[in-house]
Amino acid sequence: MIKAILIFNNHGKPRLSKFYEHYTEDTEQQIIRETFHLVSKRDENVCNFLEGGLLIGGSENKLIYRHYATLYFVFCVDSSESELGILDLIQVFVETLDKCFENVCELDLIFHMDKVHNILAEMVMGGMVLETNMSEIITQAEAQTKMEKSETFIFQCPRQDR
Amino acid sequence: MLGYDVSWAAFNIVEVMSSSKFTYKRIGYLAASQCFHEGTDVIMLTTNQIRKDLSSPNQYDTGVALTGLSCFVTPDLARDLANDIMTLMSHTKPYIRKKAVLIMYKVFLKYPESLRPAFPRLKEKLEDPDPGVQSAAVNVICELARRNPKNYLSLAPLFFKLMTSSTNNWVLIKIIKLFGALTPLEPRLGKKLIEPLTNLIHSTSAMSLLYECVNTVIAVLISLSSGMPNHSASIQLCVQKLRILIEDSDQNLKYLGLLAMSKILKTHPKSVQSHKDLILQCLDDKDESIRLRALDLLYGMVSKKNLMEIVKKLMLHVDKAEGTTYRDELLTKIIDICSQSNYQYITNFEWYISILVELTRLEGTRHGHLIASQMLDVAIRVKAIRGFAVAQMATLLDNAHLLTGNTQRNGICEVLYAAAWICGEFSEHLEDPMQTLEAMLRPKVATLPGHIQAVYVQNAAKLFATVLQKHEGETDSQVAQETSQLLIERLPLFVQSANLEVQERASCIIQLVKYIQKLQQKNVEVADEVTALFAGELNPVAPKAQKKVPIPEGLDLDAWINEPPSESESEDEKPKSKAVFAKEEPKHSRRHTEVDEKELARRREVRKQEQANNPFYIKASPSSQKVFDAPGVEHIPVVQIDLSVPLKVPGMPMSDQYVKLEEERRQKDKADKKKKDKKKKREKRGKGRKADSGPESEEDITPAQQVDIVTEEMPENALPSDDDDKDPNDPHKALDIDLDKPLADSEKLPVRTHRPEVLKSPAEDRENESIPQESKKKSSKEKKEKKKDKEKDRKRSKEEKKKKKKHKEVEEELMESQPEEAVQSEDTKEMAVPPTSAEEVTAPSSTAAVDTSSAAAAESEPDEPKDTEPEDTKSSKHKKKKQKKEKEEKEKKKKKRHHHHHHHRHHSDGGGEDSVQNGTVEDEEPLPPMSNYSLLAENSYIKMVYDIQGNHQDESKVVVSVIFENKSDSFLKSMEFNVLDSLNSKLQRPDGAGPHDGLTVPFQLPPGVSNEARFVFTVQSIVMPQKLKGTLTFIVKSEESSTHEKLDFKLHFTCTSYLITTPCYSDAYAKLLESGDLKGSSLRLEGVNMPFHHLLARICFHHHFSGALTSQRSL
Repeated sequence: MIKAILIFNNHGKPRLSKFYEHYTEDTEQQIIRETFHLVSKRDENVCNFLEGGLLIGGSENKLIYRHYATLYFVFCVDSSESELGILDLIQVFVETLDKCFENVCELDLIFHMDKVHNILAEMVMGGMVLETNMSEIITQAEAQTKMEKSETFIFQCPRQDR
Repeated sequence: MLGYDVSWAAFNIVEVMSSSKFTYKRIGYLAASQCFHEGTDVIMLTTNQIRKDLSSPNQYDTGVALTGLSCFVTPDLARDLANDIMTLMSHTKPYIRKKAVLIMYKVFLKYPESLRPAFPRLKEKLEDPDPGVQSAAVNVICELARRNPKNYLSLAPLFFKLMTSSTNNWVLIKIIKLFGALTPLEPRLGKKLIEPLTNLIHSTSAMSLLYECVNTVIAVLISLSSGMPNHSASIQLCVQKLRILIEDSDQNLKYLGLLAMSKILKTHPKSVQSHKDLILQCLDDKDESIRLRALDLLYGMVSKKNLMEIVKKLMLHVDKAEGTTYRDELLTKIIDICSQSNYQYITNFEWYISILVELTRLEGTRHGHLIASQMLDVAIRVKAIRGFAVAQMATLLDNAHLLTGNTQRNGICEVLYAAAWICGEFSEHLEDPMQTLEAMLRPKVATLPGHIQAVYVQNAAKLFATVLQKHEGETDSQVAQETSQLLIERLPLFVQSANLEVQERASCIIQLVKYIQKLQQKNVEVADEVTALFAGELNPVAPKAQKKVPIPEGLDLDAWINEPPSESESEDEKPKSKAVFAKEEPKHSRRHTEVDEKELARRREVRKQEQANNPFYIKASPSSQKVFDAPGVEHIPVVQIDLSVPLKVPGMPMSDQYVKLEEERRQKDKADKKKKDKKKKREKRGKGRKADSGPESEEDITPAQQVDIVTEEMPENALPSDDDDKDPNDPHKALDIDLDKPLADSEKLPVRTHRPEVLKSPAEDRENESIPQESKKKSSKEKKEKKKDKEKDRKRSKEEKKKKKKHKEVEEELMESQPEEAVQSEDTKEMAVPPTSAEEVTAPSSTAAVDTSSAAAAESEPDEPKDTEPEDTKSSKHKKKKQKKEKEEKEKKKKKRHHHHHHHRHHSDGGGEDSVQNGTVEDEEPLPPMSNYSLLAENSYIKMVYDIQGNHQDESKVVVSVIFENKSDSFLKSMEFNVLDSLNSKLQRPDGAGPHDGLTVPFQLPPGVSNEARFVFTVQSIVMPQKLKGTLTFIVKSEESSTHEKLDFKLHFTCTSYLITTPCYSDAYAKLLESGDLKGSSLRLEGVNMPFHHLLARICFHHHFSGALTSQRSL
């Protein structure tokens, strides 16, 4: 199970937080802060797994993270997930974002938070990995975007008629 | 959301969710998934909206709803929507299927009852053509199996197949992980797994897969290690692969390699030990995670031979890692490594003490306490080392300012606690007790934490006793008197302490010393008496010893020792003493009450003496006593080793010296051995440190000192039980459900069953938990309304009924009429009949054990056999198993004189409440498996079995579930199911279909496969048994040809098949009995040889009764 997915930048500003268990807002913020402190002080070329007394952690859980340019992608998972598998998943996630946004950058995440969430929802559902095939994810995401667009179109038509 | 609390917007979110436009809906669900949780109250408003979206024709509406639901599903939602989601699991779009499958896990967590009904379908999905769905199913089952593996063992073959066939690495990884969880439970599985896993290890290029394979192979090996010849090849392979991982430049792989290595270590330490070099190398890694993992590994790699070397290396790291948590980790690891398995690997305890002393130099560590307890432990348990330890501790005390110097929060001053205690307790080993005493009474001590000061004061007294003892008898009593004077001068400082303990001890001791001083001045010899205060030796007590004291036979802890005190008194005192004990050990209330009582008794009355003699009292608190004379010590195995001369290292030795010394010693040993080889007759144990040690085998390395390790004391008869309590709040506990048991009717989910034909009112069927029984009931009601004549029937008065009883039909009627009345008949009379007495039927009808039923509502249970009997005898054998069974039962009943079974219902308020009960009766003894399915028809191509169930929701309908099994080698398709309707029973056909059209069976059957279809029938009267003729037509398609085939069958509706259960609670039942409406009858059966409760269960099961047993008992 994936317990939480966090994205924050080099300064610890959260860009996306998805918790698959319920925490209060305060706890969530604390978790993000704590995670940032743990992750940010690690060198670039050390391993991507972290254990330790975390709020969210517990002994069973691990943090698996990757650092891309200005962003940290952190997955908190329990022992049923394969560590390397999750690393791959992060890679898939980032590549998918990259494709959907065309050269994704931090600003995309800020201004299109819903879109990021929607893409994530196609990959991970309720803490379990739903789909790992990038093209499948993109197809579904795009189909939904298209639907939204067509709705907007229909919506606007009558107005124009008037 | 975004770090802000948006619970105020919850209702608005619900509004947005219900927007008809996808754009908004999606936003609504996203918001909900981010901020709804179980505590959100508006969540209950969403149920219908979600249901609507789930059944939306647009797959993305459904998808969005599923995704949202996965984040905020609550027990209520799970219960209400489980069935809808189940349906979606067979959706045509894989996109929906996979989401539906995945979300089932969440549903199971929140609503465990859904697991069993949903499981078969989930299992089906493992073989779904779409890889996404397949992987979702694997995912869910893996999650489930991880928590309760034993319930999923039966799936192993299926997974095995998947493992060998799948190419999806994600799925493979999950499956392999799952196997890792399963093999400890089933070693045979492990044996089978090794080969394919090994192949995978060789063939795969994906590191993640390789790693998981290795992991599972390790798990397999661990599970096999007990009973199997060694799989050294596999271990070697694993270790090799891991070594490659560890040597990889990728830190991630290195980390994982070490992680997996530590698993091997537990069972096959030898194979890991050969990679010591590599692991020590990892200790130098710049990555902390990796260093920590390497440390873990070290724990298992030490041996007598390399312990010193490894610890030396660690000490170097300790120095480097100033002020980090990593250093603390190192420190605990060093202590762990050294103290593991009772100091097994330590050959030289002086070395260990000096390591501990060196560790005290660490600034800012939090583990002072740990070091202190090690010092105490070693000093107490290794007698030979006490002299050395005391000397070291005295130095420590002397230099206490070094430890306490900098910071107040310095945890390291804890070691002074140990130092003071050791010096005091073993003061006979002190060279200069006077000096130590002086060190312990310095003014600076007053800045130490209270509990340490307390120990200081107490042990100062012990030292004082030693000093007196030493100088007693000397002509010049100067020294002794000086000592007294010193104490009298310094102790007042402690008397003023803020700490109560320190104060009390100090005041006591100061008075004592003053008294002694007086005696000294009179030249009275007091040394012996003072020493006697501290006589005796303290033995270590195992941590759990107290818990494990068994309650002696004949001791009733709940019994009063004295007469219970008067109310008022006890109320005053009890709470006090309780509180005292509750604090310490709230779990052991039983023992406490014992102590509690004693306290009371003691306080109140004399009793002191008895208590002293009370063995239980002593046993209950061994740790508080000086137990050197306690029984049981003799049994403690004490390692006695011949003496060899201990090292004397003056001053404060550095642990490094010992490494060298140890080297030398071993060299010497070797040399000795060579000598011995030459002169074989020479005595084996030289003095000094010579011993016979084979240089190669580490076991032979002799300890440098006599080691007398005292094992911890345990009470006699201590139970070896370890209480490992699982977290009772674990939600997964609820999912520990046996999945192999056949589904009982009651467990059926609120399912919309009949997909194909009758989807008239899906919502309606949703809740019919036990479809069969209730439908009858309701159907009867409807009928009432519809048909006058039938109404009349039902409303007939008792007399009428009696008349009619003689006819079969009457029975049926009676049965129908159950619903009308709140209470039905019970065979109360039967019950009165003792089981042994055989009675012939008391009821008028001769053959059948007709249950007469009460006026309006007749409840007749035992009559099923009769109903069917007439027909059975004629026609049943060739057709219907069910009938046969009934008959069998009946016969059995006859054989075994059947007393009665009754079942009662009470009429529910008509709301169609679900009854939880169903036909199956669970009893203490395992019942033989029963199935309600009976044979419908069979030919060489196909076999049909069927079951009829009432419908709780719609009483005018019954559902016939037919299982089609393809018996041929060909493909069966285009199956059409048709029945000739009668007036009473009609097959429900889709709108627009003619009354004689057949229904298409919604699936095709590959060879050997069976599947179930459900057909709904409308029933007019439930008092009429029915036989419907029907035909199944189908096309048999083999490779070369396809032929049309047909199969005729007769559907038999017995009256009992309309029964549905309704709970009847004891009060209602009591009223029923009171009313005298219950009628009874009985029937004697010969030659039944099955246990009565089995029989009863069968009857209930096949005729949808329930509760019979329980009510019988209650009577």
